[in-house]
Amino acid sequence: MPYGVAPGPLVPYGGRGAAGPRHERGETVTGEHRYGWQTLDSGQLLLICGAGLLVVAAIAKTGATGLVDSDLALGFGVLIAVGELARLTMPGNREVAPIATAGALGYTLLFSVGGSETTHTALEVVAVTAVGMILGALPHLAVGRAPRLDAMARRVLAVALVAFVYRFLVPDVLGKEYKWTTLAVMTVLVVLAVLADAVIAAMLRAEQVRTAFGVAVRDELRIAAPLGAAVGASGILLALAAHSMGMAALLVFAAPLLVTQIAFRKYAGIRATYLQTVRALSRVTEVGGYVEPGHSRRVSRLAVAVGRELGLSEPELLELEYAALMHDIGQLSLRDPIPGGATVLTEPAQARRIAELGAAVIRQTGVLDRVAEIVRCQCDPYRGLDGGTPPPLASRIIKVANAYDDLLGGSADRDRAAAALERMRLDGGSEYDPAVVEAASRVIERLTPLHGL
Amino acid sequence: MRGLPWPARLYLVVLTAGAAAVIVQGRPGTLDWRPLMVLALLFLVCESVPTLLNIREAAMSVSFSAVLASVVLLGPTAAAIVGSVAVLSVRPGLPLVKRLYNGAQFALCGYAAGVAFTEFGGSTGVPRDVEAFIPLIAPFAAAAVTYALLNFAMMGLLLRLAGNVGAGQIRWRSMGQLFLSYMGYATFGLLIAGLWSSVKSIAAVLVLLPLFIARWAFGQYLAQQRAYDATIAALCQAVETKDYYTRGHSERVSKASVMIAEEIGMGTERVGAIRYAGMLHDVGKLGVPTKVLQKDGALTEEEYAAIQLHPMRGLEIVRGIDFLDEAYAGIMHHHERMDGRGYPMGLAGPEIPEFARVIAVADAFDSMTSDRSYRGARPVEVALDELRKGAGTQFDPVMVNAFIKAVEREGWRPTRSALPPDGVAAEAAAKDHDDPTVPIQVVSER
Repeated sequence: MPYGVAPGPLVPYGGRGAAGPRHERGETVTGEHRYGWQTLDSGQLLLICGAGLLVVAAIAKTGATGLVDSDLALGFGVLIAVGELARLTMPGNREVAPIATAGALGYTLLFSVGGSETTHTALEVVAVTAVGMILGALPHLAVGRAPRLDAMARRVLAVALVAFVYRFLVPDVLGKEYKWTTLAVMTVLVVLAVLADAVIAAMLRAEQVRTAFGVAVRDELRIAAPLGAAVGASGILLALAAHSMGMAALLVFAAPLLVTQIAFRKYAGIRATYLQTVRALSRVTEVGGYVEPGHSRRVSRLAVAVGRELGLSEPELLELEYAALMHDIGQLSLRDPIPGGATVLTEPAQARRIAELGAAVIRQTGVLDRVAEIVRCQCDPYRGLDGGTPPPLASRIIKVANAYDDLLGGSADRDRAAAALERMRLDGGSEYDPAVVEAASRVIERLTPLHGL
Repeated sequence: MRGLPWPARLYLVVLTAGAAAVIVQGRPGTLDWRPLMVLALLFLVCESVPTLLNIREAAMSVSFSAVLASVVLLGPTAAAIVGSVAVLSVRPGLPLVKRLYNGAQFALCGYAAGVAFTEFGGSTGVPRDVEAFIPLIAPFAAAAVTYALLNFAMMGLLLRLAGNVGAGQIRWRSMGQLFLSYMGYATFGLLIAGLWSSVKSIAAVLVLLPLFIARWAFGQYLAQQRAYDATIAALCQAVETKDYYTRGHSERVSKASVMIAEEIGMGTERVGAIRYAGMLHDVGKLGVPTKVLQKDGALTEEEYAAIQLHPMRGLEIVRGIDFLDEAYAGIMHHHERMDGRGYPMGLAGPEIPEFARVIAVADAFDSMTSDRSYRGARPVEVALDELRKGAGTQFDPVMVNAFIKAVEREGWRPTRSALPPDGVAAEAAAKDHDDPTVPIQVVSER
């Protein structure tokens, strides 16, 4: 049950920075946050246990036999620890550690260091990676940021996958000299690892946020492809560089890795701030007394949940969320607030005017044209205006979510929820899209027993 | 060429001639042309997609890592040739003058870097093994520093001669950041050189891949940043629609706050934060009923209390955004006065957060220089005089002086507000709570 929504009006702004902003950093459309162990679902638990067992076995074996080359292990272990320390959160609350992963891949793919062959085993790779990651995660733990064990487990497993194949081939099959086959094998293995990681991530996400597996795979690949390519290429490059430069490769490599890291961090940062700002500024309508407190947030939560139920992809969900948050912004242009602010009860002409004004405001940005279009059509009937085509799906979703919240006003009463849904069903497909209403009722059914939406 | 002042033209001619001379006297015929071709191609690819930096009108590309790689692999003359390829850059819309200039400049920088490399004891050629590679690192660093410094100097001289930049406008801090990122990118050159012995030209492709992805992510970041700025401006404008006289107020306050912040030497990150704080400083005004904002004559204590609450309301709205804490403080306290008679907390002097002292000056200035229903816009000089008068009692003298200095140097060119739109609520306020020359009158109900 991932939706950690507090019942009643949503005013969690007790103290600055206390509960609000920090933990929401980087989260885009998932709308939930998990606290520690109790919220892990079965897939994640399985993954973490699998990775945990592997790590324990690897460390035990390595502890018993000792490291083949302790300098090498130390150098790469430090790089992995630093990378883990500098991990970042990509849009969609996805934790990644590009430098750590590139370092671990580099350690895995070594075939020679300055001309002398490397003989460390796959279990050694796993042990060094795990120890590096744990050391890098400790400072985060010390300042109270709980580790995302599932993300860490995925990182270890992706490296382990490459290690078990590659360390079997090197040095006996491929040799310690550079050959083009070495490069080909490296590339194939890294691509496979990135794909496998994306599929595992999609499986977890599909279970977590209840979206279709196919949609989740596409979302994961869209995010993972650029970062995976950068990390994979860096890992291969690191191994090649160690062949001709020796351990100095680690130093020379610090700068390029940092460039990638900084670029992605800035990107993730602005994405998170963007969403926070739209969320925050959507509250101006509440402060101005135009709508009920918490209305925009509740509508956007329900709309996103329904959109996911209907199989929208993440970019579409983001647009839907923005539109839902800002769907009432047109009311700011009104002289005085409509009493109660419930747009489902206002005259259709006035509601349409508010939608048009809101769309005009959003179009002003010059970058959110599709969002503006969704807002403009938010009160158009499903049958279409004057028998025309139906409005976009996102607009139909907002129409249902908005009407539901207007009728319920944030209450968590099941009878009232049922009555509101019934009222939309009775309309029989002229105002509301029946498919959206059904999806909404499934979402609400799932959520109301425990929490009010 | 037309439109350039003559010193700049002369400069261009001298650079081009110098570059040509350097290349010719190095007897380019003796070079190994195959790696040269690969490196020149690499340079061209990098050059054609410049990495944009946050600096106006300056584009930095990572192409110089190819020049530095040729310094190691082939020597100074080859580096000059690779640099001169910039003339052929396929960047669209680049005029011939700029191509010529870029080619000449990169050629000279490359040559100088090559000379520095050999001076510091680096031996030209493909490093065969670890023993050959390690001694290259220090000379390579010297070459990279030479390249970057010469590049900066040439660029600075050109901007100076073309009359685009005044002497006082060089931002040393951002130059420092630029230099550091130069050094970061330079390492790619060392990587290409180091990998050359084993993977040959594939080295270039492999090195380019992470580089281009980093560049792509950076481009995405810049696009998002622009979208974000546009969105925040549009939303602030929506908040202002209630009172058309205050249209554009947020944006102008933001601009003036940035001018002050830069003048007193705030760091880039803080300047960015104050830009948003200035933009958002009045969002809380929406919580004040329209009839209070637009009331004619004196306010009751209750109504005045409603006005005094708006900074808190603003803070309540923006609290969910991960800004610097200082930005929150700036929004919360922008109506405090140095003598302690402001609101909402009645802080005095240095108790008032720095951001708030900056925004207070910008806010009052923009209010005075904009049209109001009860008066026209005041001239900038009059408004500055008012600020001087209020320095010490209402405003922080440091901020006032900084602002006056900035305005005297850069001028003040605000965007004019549009005509009142018809239909939509365009009510004129009879007073402005930001205007220091028209203090709000409060009548006691007792």
